[in-house]
Order: sequence, then C-alpha cells, then structure tokens
Amino acid sequence: MNKGPLLFLGIFLAVALSWTGIVLVNQIQYGSLTPIIDNETGTAFPQVMSGQAKQGQLVYQSLGCVYCHSQQVRRPGFGADDLRGWGDRQSVARDYVQQGRVFLGTMRTGPDLMNVGARPLNAEWHLKHLLDPQITSPGSLMPPFPFLFETRKIVGQPSPKALQGLPPAHTPPPGYELVPTPRAEALVAYLMSLKHEYDYPEAKPVAVGGAK
Amino acid sequence: MSSPDTSPAAVEPGAPEKTAERALLSAIDASTRGPVFLFLVTAVLWLLGGTVFALVASIKLHNPPFLAQQEWLSFGVIRTAHLNSMIFGWATNAGFAVTIWLMARLSRVRLQHLGILYVAGAVWNAGVALGIFGILRGDSTSVEWLEIPPYATPILFVAYALIGVWGVVNFRYRQRGHVYVTQWYLLAALFWFPWIYSAAQIMLIFVPARGTVQSLVNWWFAHNVLGLWFTPIGVGAIYYFIPKVLGRPIHSYYLSILGFWSLAFFYNWAGVHHLIGGPVPAWAISAGVVASLLMVIPVVVIGINHHMTMKGGFSQLRYSPTLRFMFFGGVNYTLVSLLGSAMAVRSFNEIVHFTHFTVAHAHHGLYAFFTMVMFGSIYYMMPRLTLREWPSAKLISVHFWFTAAGVTLYVVGLSIGGLVQGWEMIATTKGADGELALKVPLFMQVVRDTVPYLVSRSLSGMLITVGHIAFAVNFGWMMLRPRAIGATAPTLFHTPPAMPLEHRA
Repeated sequence: MNKGPLLFLGIFLAVALSWTGIVLVNQIQYGSLTPIIDNETGTAFPQVMSGQAKQGQLVYQSLGCVYCHSQQVRRPGFGADDLRGWGDRQSVARDYVQQGRVFLGTMRTGPDLMNVGARPLNAEWHLKHLLDPQITSPGSLMPPFPFLFETRKIVGQPSPKALQGLPPAHTPPPGYELVPTPRAEALVAYLMSLKHEYDYPEAKPVAVGGAK
Repeated sequence: MSSPDTSPAAVEPGAPEKTAERALLSAIDASTRGPVFLFLVTAVLWLLGGTVFALVASIKLHNPPFLAQQEWLSFGVIRTAHLNSMIFGWATNAGFAVTIWLMARLSRVRLQHLGILYVAGAVWNAGVALGIFGILRGDSTSVEWLEIPPYATPILFVAYALIGVWGVVNFRYRQRGHVYVTQWYLLAALFWFPWIYSAAQIMLIFVPARGTVQSLVNWWFAHNVLGLWFTPIGVGAIYYFIPKVLGRPIHSYYLSILGFWSLAFFYNWAGVHHLIGGPVPAWAISAGVVASLLMVIPVVVIGINHHMTMKGGFSQLRYSPTLRFMFFGGVNYTLVSLLGSAMAVRSFNEIVHFTHFTVAHAHHGLYAFFTMVMFGSIYYMMPRLTLREWPSAKLISVHFWFTAAGVTLYVVGLSIGGLVQGWEMIATTKGADGELALKVPLFMQVVRDTVPYLVSRSLSGMLITVGHIAFAVNFGWMMLRPRAIGATAPTLFHTPPAMPLEHRA
C-alpha cells in the first residue's frame, strides 16, 4: 500500500459507496413522498401545521427538547410504545413530510411526543407543566422554563391569559399576574398539534407477535 | 527528546535510529511547532470549557431546579454546548495537532507555509466559538451533532478545508517510498470528514431533504464523525505510538491492511442502526445492522494487531505515560466497538435504543478511547515540541487515574442505568385476561429509577474534572516555564530499575 493514488481511490470509494447507498438511494426512493388526500373528506394528511405551531416548533428546536423526547412510535410488539399510550400504530415516513425539520429523537428521558396532542391534556396543563413540571408531574426530571413566562403588574383588567390556580410557590405577589410569553403559547400550540392518527395504507398496525 | 542531540540520552530504547535520522525528525518536529501549539492550546481551553458545560448539564438532569432561571443554562442548551465544545473544540483541535505532527514526521517533510495553518487554525476556533455562542443564545439547529447554527458552519468548512489540504500536501511530498499504516488512516480521515460534513450540512440545513430522509443523512453523518474522523485518527495514533514507545515494529502488516480496508468499507454504513424501529425504509436499517456486525472484523483485527505489538511490553505500562494512556484507549476501542455491534442487534437494541445506555456508549467511544489516545499522544509530542520535559509526574499520574476511574464509573454506571431504564420502559407481562400489560405502568417510575445512575454520572464527571485540571496545570506550566537546560530526562511515572538513567525515554 505504498501507492498514493491507489490508496486515495480506495478511500474515495469507501465513502462514496455509503453516501450513494444511505443518502442518495433513499433520497431517490422516498425523498419526494407526498401527503395523501383522504377520499371521504378531501383533506390532505398529514395536515399542514398552523403558523403558530410552526413558531412553536422553532422554540422546541431552540430549547433542545429533542434531546429528551423522541417523536416516533415503534410498531406494536417491538418495544411497548403502544402500551405506554404513545400511539396505536407505528410511525411511518409519510407522517413527517409536512415538518420542516424532523425531530425523531434518540432519547426518552421523557415520554415520546409523537401523539402528545392526542392526549387529554389542555393548554393550561401544558403551560403549568412548562412553568414547572413539578406542578403537574411531581418527580419529573424535566427542567422548569420560567423564562417562557413573565410576571407583570396588573394594569386595568387582569389578562385572560394569566395562569390561574398555581401552587403557592409559583403564585405571583398580589397585584401581579403570571402570563405566558408568545413563545410559550407557540410551543404549546406546537405540542397540541402533534397527533398522527390517520391510517395511511402503509401504516396498518402490525399484529402483535406477527412480525418480531 | 527532540533537540538535535547526539548524546546517548537522546537515543530511544529499543529502536536505535541513525543520528542523521534523529536530527531530521527534530527539524521536522520543530517545523510543526507553531501550528501544533495553536491547536493544542485551543484544544485544552475547549476541554476545560466543555467540562464545565458537562458538569452543569449532568447535575441538572438529576436536580432540575439547579440554575433553571436562565435560558442559556437550560439542559437542552448547555448539553448541546458541551457536545459541540468537546467534538469541534477539544477533540478536533487535538486531532488536528496529532494529525499534522504525525503526518509531517511520517512523510519526512518539514511543514511549509505555516502562515496558512495559523490562519486556518484561528478561523476554525473562531468558527467554533461563534457556533457555541450561537447555541447558547438559542440558535441551535437541534440536529444531533450538527447543532452549530448555519452562520458558523461555512467558516468551519473553509478552515477545515485549508487544514485538511495541508495534511494531504504534506503527504504528497513525502520522502520515503514506504507509507506507514498511520498515514493511511490520517489521509482517509482528512478526506472523509469534509465530504460527510458538507453533504450533511447541505441536505439537512441549507437545502433540507424531505421527511425522514433527514434522519438517514443525520445518522450517516453523526456516526461517521466517530467512524471516519475520530476513529481513524485514534487508531492511527495507536499504530504509531505503541511501536514507537516500545521500540518494536507492528505485529503484522497484513492485519493492518485488513483492518484498515474493512473499517473503511463497513463503518460508514453502520450509522443507520440509530434508526432501528424508526420510520425509515427497512432495507436501510437492515444494511446498517449488517454493517455494524461486520465491524467486528476490523475491530478484532486491529485489536489483535495492537495486542500482539504490545506483547512482552506490558511492564512498560508502569513507566510510560504515553503508553499507559494509549493502552487504556486501545483496550476501550475494542470494548466500545464490540459493544456497539451488539447494540445494533435488534433484540438488544429494542431495550437500549432510547436510553442512557447510548449516552454511556458515546462517552465510552469519544472519551475512554479517543480522548485518552489524544492525551497519550500529547504526552509524547509536547517534550519534542517544547524541548522541555513535563514538569510533574505526579500531575500526570493524577490525570491518568482520575480520568480513567472517572470514565469507567461513567460508562458502567450509566450503562446499568440505561439497562434499567430500557427494561422498565418495555417490560410486559400477560395479565389475568391474557392481554399484555406493562410491568412498570407508570412512566414516572421509570424516570425516578434512573436517578441514582444520573447521580453517579455527576460524580464521575467530578473525578474527570479533577483529572482535566491536573492535565491543564501541567500543560500550562510546561508551556510557560523557562527551559531548564540540565533537565533532559523524560518524565516517567517511576524510574525503571533496570534502565540506566541516560537511557530512559
């Protein structure tokens, strides 16, 4: 192996092969996957995110939520994602085609969020959970995000957005109110938009034990 | 011992080289001094910064209220600053230093046109600093291993290109017919990194691919940063330093060839195993699993080759700091790689995929293998660059034991934590009605049960921090103190009993 050009050729081929195989072939195979239009309702699935939810996705990105929360459901029988209530069917590639950036995630320090919008949690719950997870989920390791909220003096009418029913440690002093910032509202809108329940042809649930 | 000194003290044990040869090596070492210092000093500074970020992030994960008021200190941000400081600040700068020094030495060429390397090195570090600053102010892309915001990455690419081209140019003008195995690895690393980095930047950030094609590009890149950039430098360095310190040739040339090409062709397909069970084509995942298992071949081959080269020289571990760090790194390269192959097996992956086990594994590779090899390399290079000896053997000893113990505790503790977490997350049992039910139905219970292991991670982080401080103090002391004319004996852990004073190296 004393011939420089030959060495270089091999080095080139090695990475060219994997680039072709993993990157290029997949890009060709499903890089232009499109939404499906439902015959009955005429709606395209997956649905486009609202503008506020898109803003929220940027907050999700900026805060690094992806390092503790995945957004992918494994098929029933592989793991226990269905039993945890994270989704009844496995996630498929088409679920993600309307998302600018894909946050599949590789870690579940916290629960999967692929279908968090389908859980019976309202905006108030999400806001309190973001303010301090201990309010809604004692024992959680999720960090509090106090900087997504502002305590401000009540001038005139109290804001309808002010958080109510907070535990004493978080209740603002009299004459003040705790209000979510637009970023907090956008993040909650994003979280509540996360539901992927439409059954694409390729997403039919695999029977438990059928293919493991 | 790098001065063009012909006294017996300058001769290394085992491999008596001709005096002219030694003088040439000294001249080559001297020619690399400036740029290598630049990369090493910045590497050590990034190492310290990255360590602080790491400790903060680690403590926050078991104690969420810790430093929770500021956004730039929140877990998702500071953890990302830690990763990028370590990857692009510490590990890559150290890798540049080792690569430039080794490539010049092995090609028998003095480094020319240093100005370009100074500029490239300064630009690289400015780019990393801008990137970390961007992450801290909330501009992270949240694409794993590519978080540096898009206004800083082109700077990194240009700087890298200049540095990489310099390495290749050095290789092009090599003086000897024989190309040593280390040079294969370094040449490959210098070519591979810019390819994967630019391809990933384009397809993820500048012209994003649609849907989960992004995820495939992401893990093709992220796994290859380890496989095609850090691993070749680390393995290449081991191939150089173990024979060098022991004064004996590599065990087998043919094993070297087999190890190199099997690594080159298998490693870069393996990254898809990060998507097992995910929404990407099944064939791509299968290819990733197969490649991960095929990685057993280069790993075992390289392991055997290194081990057989060490054979009979194990007693030297007592004396030589370089050898001890290299040995620790080499053993962990074998362990972490075999573990990595096992983690790609679907039935095991099902348990550990979304857990702290993966985090432990990443640190096993980047720290217990790569970082330890870089430490060992630096202990060998610095005396030859500064023409001074390391001021304190005690500090080297503290450095070794605290980092070795720290990272061992880290990997063992967090791996057990990951297994507990993974098992509790998926364990099922057949209920009375014959339906499957979770053994640990409360997710919060899974979270709580990982806490002791997260605490053990913080403890291990503190041990590692002590080691880093010892290293940085010794390093700074060596750079800054005046050269002691009389002190020419190398700094070893102990004085070898059988070796006369003038033959120590």
